[in-house]
Amino acid sequence: MSEHTHTTDEHGHDDHAGLSKGKIWKVFGILLLITVIEFIIALVLIPKGYMTQHIGNYVYIVLTLLKAFYIVAYFMHLKYEKLGLQLALTVSFIFIIYFIVLMLIEGGFLNIHMMNH
Amino acid sequence: MNAVSQLDQVKTGPWNGGRSPWSVEYGKIMMWFFLLSDAFTFSSLLIYYGAQRFSKLTWPAPDKVFQSIPGIAEHGAPLVFVGIMTFILIMSSVTMVLAVEAGHRRAKKEVIGWMIATIVGGFMFLGCQAIEWTHLHHDGFWWGHIPSAEELKNFFLKPEDVSLVAAQQFANLFFTITGFHGFHVFSGVVINIIILIMTINGTFERRGHYLMVEKVGLYWHFVDLVWVFVFTFFYLV
Repeated sequence: MSEHTHTTDEHGHDDHAGLSKGKIWKVFGILLLITVIEFIIALVLIPKGYMTQHIGNYVYIVLTLLKAFYIVAYFMHLKYEKLGLQLALTVSFIFIIYFIVLMLIEGGFLNIHMMNH
Repeated sequence: MNAVSQLDQVKTGPWNGGRSPWSVEYGKIMMWFFLLSDAFTFSSLLIYYGAQRFSKLTWPAPDKVFQSIPGIAEHGAPLVFVGIMTFILIMSSVTMVLAVEAGHRRAKKEVIGWMIATIVGGFMFLGCQAIEWTHLHHDGFWWGHIPSAEELKNFFLKPEDVSLVAAQQFANLFFTITGFHGFHVFSGVVINIIILIMTINGTFERRGHYLMVEKVGLYWHFVDLVWVFVFTFFYLV
């Protein structure tokens, strides 16, 4: 029984041996480096006036998405899955992007509305 | 006659049935879809938080709210404690991948070692979060509770910025979102413990593969992934 299940192609990871230990530590290094950069921005660059909070927020979001990519692609192994699964799991976030735009515009409108009163 | 025999033929195309088009085991696909729905839930919470922040003229400054290292410094160390928490969670994510990697080689002893490391990391994170909550609670923040207007001046960038509504929204959303995340960490630790016991008992050894370790690994990385966003939007932005 166990022999049978092992020979079917249900096990996507059998085609490739998964992440090597070296690659795992490399991704860890990248995640740590990005976090350190975020800390430098928050504790040095913004307080000393080299960067405005407004620009900083955009940089934070880009760095966060980069971290998310490394976690999902390598730790969660999505980079090595079939294209169909990758698309099913990523394209769905189009609804979330729409929701973000919708709610932030709404929030921005309320902000202006409050200032006028 | 000919048509019938054609219908009887086993179809082999990837989307014709007979085999998994994505070459992913059933349980793993279901874990992915669960995580997708969970990501939607967390997104909704964070988007509501974003909408609230956009609608308010001022908001409590994270550098002023979170500036203590419990037991070491009460003031003047913004982000350090949450930095430690972030490091713990990323680290436990790494030990989880190492457990999965050991599972591919069916090295039972290594899987046990890395799973224990992951569980310890999870408990450390939960401990830190308990301390963080206690600290904020002592400052006067809780669901439906905020410090007095006078005390709130310490938590906004400028004294004239103080907004009771913004402070209350911040308190409610902070405890709700980090609480929901902490609940995920807790359930992740419980699931990891179950998988550890199954590994020790040799269940996966007999089964011939360590796919269960991969599935709980997905869940654990997702918890780390959510924290990356919570960290950015509560502590940095």
